[in-house]
Amino acid sequence: MAGSNSTNISSPRWLLAELTYRCPLQCGFCSNPLDFSRYKQELCTDEWLAVFQQARDIGAVQLGLSGGEPLVRQDLEFLIKEARQMGYYTNLITSTVGMNEARLEKLQEAGLDHIQVSFQAPEEVLNDKIAGTESFLHKKRMTLAIKAAGLPVVLNIVIHKGNIDLVREILDLCLELGVDYVELASAQYYGYALKNRDQLLPSLQQVRQAETIAKAYQEKYQDRMKIFYVIPDYYENRPKPCMNGWGHLFLVVDPEGMALPCHSAKVIPGIHFPNVKEQSVSSIWYDSTAFNYFRGDAWMKEPCRSCDEKSKDFGGCRCQAYLLTGDASAADPSCDKAPGHTIVEQARVSAAHASTTPIFLRNRFNSEKLTPCSPVNEKS
Amino acid sequence: MTHTLTLNTLVKLKALYRMQWEPAQAAHVLLYPEGMITLNDSASEILQLCRGELTIAAIIAALEQKFPEAGSLSADIYEFLDVARTNGWIELN
Repeated sequence: MAGSNSTNISSPRWLLAELTYRCPLQCGFCSNPLDFSRYKQELCTDEWLAVFQQARDIGAVQLGLSGGEPLVRQDLEFLIKEARQMGYYTNLITSTVGMNEARLEKLQEAGLDHIQVSFQAPEEVLNDKIAGTESFLHKKRMTLAIKAAGLPVVLNIVIHKGNIDLVREILDLCLELGVDYVELASAQYYGYALKNRDQLLPSLQQVRQAETIAKAYQEKYQDRMKIFYVIPDYYENRPKPCMNGWGHLFLVVDPEGMALPCHSAKVIPGIHFPNVKEQSVSSIWYDSTAFNYFRGDAWMKEPCRSCDEKSKDFGGCRCQAYLLTGDASAADPSCDKAPGHTIVEQARVSAAHASTTPIFLRNRFNSEKLTPCSPVNEKS
Repeated sequence: MTHTLTLNTLVKLKALYRMQWEPAQAAHVLLYPEGMITLNDSASEILQLCRGELTIAAIIAALEQKFPEAGSLSADIYEFLDVARTNGWIELN
């Protein structure tokens, strides 16, 4: 099965370096693998620099420094400085926990282009409850410092049942902090978020109400800040064009050097994902079985194969197809043409009737209780 | 900040954006947080002059001098700058 033989493979544009899975926060919608605590052999500075250079050589230009919390890495400033000299646009994706004014200055001196700050809620008590860590006041102080330093500020808030009714307050906070871009990022149901889906998935009414508010703010404040809000794919009738296609633009390297076409791909069994310590980035991107696995459309089953929208959404997300149906080649169940769509419909009903059990937090203690990647399909 | 484009308007690429040549794409690109726009030749010629020092009149004059065979460029340049302003790439003074 699978494996496009197309000679027309585009070069990567995005390199996402997951520098570490260590993180002081415990958000229950984290996209890191459930068993993140097993990752202990992080790539060293020189290994990361080799990855950056090799990816740059084949066309990557946006570099995301992510985690976990990338500030945990003491070589972060050095990595940024070198990446910037290679010609990358450098994006730091952070909670700011681990940053102070002095470290911000060092990051800026290193040539950092932009910082994306995560918030969990527009006020202290709820924010710190969702994050599982006292962090709101620090985030606020650092966001103001980033703005004052003249760096662009992107604020990212994962939106879910626990904060979706506060979209107005979230956007007011963004205006107060002078944010340039706001991403109201609907929780995506992988990793910890899938485990906590009943506690996270909002109702359609909540989603529409949030959308109305976001649109009003988009119009009113278009000169001051850009607002992005994408509704959860569980409420779309068509799947998202995940990663703009498998192995098309996006390359993720995990803390131990495994190369992936998206954050979650390693949940799919039966694909051997290559490691940058053993193979060059170029040969991984162009020649590896893993990166060619879902390129093109030869792997598709019905109804995707004969669907006139297949070139628009590529059959949706392979990881979601696997996690919900157990078959990574199936149509993404978020599509209402997919045979598995009833799973998504049942998930909406289940979330609407869920009791208020506490969210299963992402932390070392919980992680150690979990196996890597079983499909969470208990509701079907 | 003025919102109309006139011959005397000074145009500057916003600090949020960085323009650079990308060999892999054989094109200039405009980079910004988590995104990128690949520019065609005329867009990159215009944006390279948007450094805050030149008025639109001076940009038109410079490009008409550089590309004499192209004739009058003023309409095209206005049209592009209008798109650039709508997209928030440039600031006007």
